[in-house]
Amino acid sequence: MTRVYVSSVIPAPAATVWRRVRDFNGLPEWTPFVAESRIEQGLPSDKVGCIRNFTLTDGGKIREQLLALSDYDMSCTYSILESPMGVENYIAKLSITPVTDGNVTFAQWQADFDCPPEREQALIDQIGRGVFQAAFDALRQSFGGR
Amino acid sequence: MARVRESAIVDAPIDEVWRWVRDFNSHRDWHPAIADSEIENGLPSDTVGAVRAFTLTDGGFLREQLLSLDDEAHELSYCLIESPLPLHNYVATIRLMPVTDSGATFWQWESEFSPPPDRARELMELVGHGIYRAGMRNLEKYLRAGPGEGGVLRVARASADTTRMPRVEERPDMPRAAPAATPVAGTLRACAVVMDRHGGPEVLSLRDVDVSPPGTGEVRIRQSHVGVNFIDIYSRTGYFDLITPPGIPGMEAAGTVESVGPGVAHLATGDRVAYACGPTGSYTSIRTMNADLVVKIPDWLDAAHAAAGLLKGVAAGFLLHDVHPVRRDEWVVVHAAAGGVGTLLTQWASALGARVIATVSDSEKARLAEANGAREVVIGRGQEFIERVRQLTGSGADVVYDAIGRDSFEASIAALAIRGHLVSFGQASGDIGAREIGPMASKSLTLSRPNYGHYIADRAMMTMQAERLFEAIEQGFLKIPSPQIARIEDVVRVHRELESGRTSGAIVLEV
Repeated sequence: MTRVYVSSVIPAPAATVWRRVRDFNGLPEWTPFVAESRIEQGLPSDKVGCIRNFTLTDGGKIREQLLALSDYDMSCTYSILESPMGVENYIAKLSITPVTDGNVTFAQWQADFDCPPEREQALIDQIGRGVFQAAFDALRQSFGGR
Repeated sequence: MARVRESAIVDAPIDEVWRWVRDFNSHRDWHPAIADSEIENGLPSDTVGAVRAFTLTDGGFLREQLLSLDDEAHELSYCLIESPLPLHNYVATIRLMPVTDSGATFWQWESEFSPPPDRARELMELVGHGIYRAGMRNLEKYLRAGPGEGGVLRVARASADTTRMPRVEERPDMPRAAPAATPVAGTLRACAVVMDRHGGPEVLSLRDVDVSPPGTGEVRIRQSHVGVNFIDIYSRTGYFDLITPPGIPGMEAAGTVESVGPGVAHLATGDRVAYACGPTGSYTSIRTMNADLVVKIPDWLDAAHAAAGLLKGVAAGFLLHDVHPVRRDEWVVVHAAAGGVGTLLTQWASALGARVIATVSDSEKARLAEANGAREVVIGRGQEFIERVRQLTGSGADVVYDAIGRDSFEASIAALAIRGHLVSFGQASGDIGAREIGPMASKSLTLSRPNYGHYIADRAMMTMQAERLFEAIEQGFLKIPSPQIARIEDVVRVHRELESGRTSGAIVLEV
């Protein structure tokens, strides 16, 4: 099992950040790498079990299923059903935590998955830097951060 | 139930923050509300169950107990035992997470307690802001300024005497390496004796070293006592090729398991343990070690005696049971019977019903050998000794245990009976050199040259040897003599004295 963990501080209150990221169908609104997204079978995007089907800006297609969503903990967990990345048993969790001293937000994104050993480092880079960190960078900038 | 949760981003790497936070006795250094802190009962300040007594800057007094400590998760919890404020059922948790894109640390500090309803708001404010927020900010400030004078972590020493902790600074003659910039996740800072080259006692110096977390099959041990053996001198000088400098000497220590790597089932965090084996590296306050060769020590055996007696006791055990199984009424010669292993051989062989003829070098040691149970004590190992053995035994000794080497070899051969056994396990007087084996045929003698490592090569052997030793001590067959205890800072002097033969009995270094 390979783990990728990325975390960042977002210069906005946690509730505000959570509103932005909790929409399972909202990746095109806040990440730089998703061109379009839809929820399959017309389900609401916060229904646990729903599947988002999205297209990356490079043309790749990914299907992911929402496994858990908590407005209390401000976290969501999902798995990959289909992707061009070649990962198996991929489960990721995005969580938002308030930083009380400063009224900013601590954002964490973690994924666990299996992959062939020779591809592990490339996938850690691709997912950690190209996906999670890129999304956090965009999120930070959208709230006026550097 | 009131719940308080405060969090902050602290501008320092998580390992640096955690080093201080995990030390249950460190608040007096960085928390503005704490004037003084002491761990009760002299426990190491990272022992789960440890109680700290705080004197507050406003004069108040409170006591708190460490409930859990998790280095992997960077999390600890504690409760209040005694407090000037009505914070009933107070349990608090601290958790750190790394901010990976900036190198800072997310710190969350929370608690639950039952305040009187009319004071809930006031107490929550006090705990959340006065204690948690102020503490987090102050530690950040403290780290930024550099802990500086007196800023030596007490916890890494795991010693009872906290007032003696900032020892390295007290000794300007001891070089001390600069702290590593960013320790690897999960490492602990230890105080170790390092040698940069082979040579005299002066090559030993005290340093801070980072100790990595236990890997598969390993445990990390907080050591309280380190056994000093003559083999440490051989490895320091390079006579035995055991250390490639820079390295840490030592083969023996006792302490408490701090954490356990994957695949280790026979040990758990908090177990009192000891080991006596290679590889070298025991002269340190914390060590990661192959768990197979680490044994639990019984409740009735204190760490100082375990560190002083495990290596010598295991050696005596396999010499008397495996190399030559001693039988009742056998005549057994033990040379240097007042020395470390000699003392135990004499006691144990006597307890097994053998008739021990002890040799020593002076009358003072003769009294010790007699007290150890020797049937007969001879001063010196010359012709007189050989004749005395013949006189007592008629036909000669069944076995001779000889760690003297060069100077005693011929006498040992001469003292043996037909089909006797010479067990040559040391060379205190010097290398034995080349010897004729032809004459051994005249009495059909057997010669053994046992190597300690071959009798404790795996966990099954080590466990068996250690259990046999502990049982013998418990049954009263053996008494581990009380060791001399020296401070690890005095290692240079200890080596110098051991080398010159000025010491008697076992020596342990207190870490």
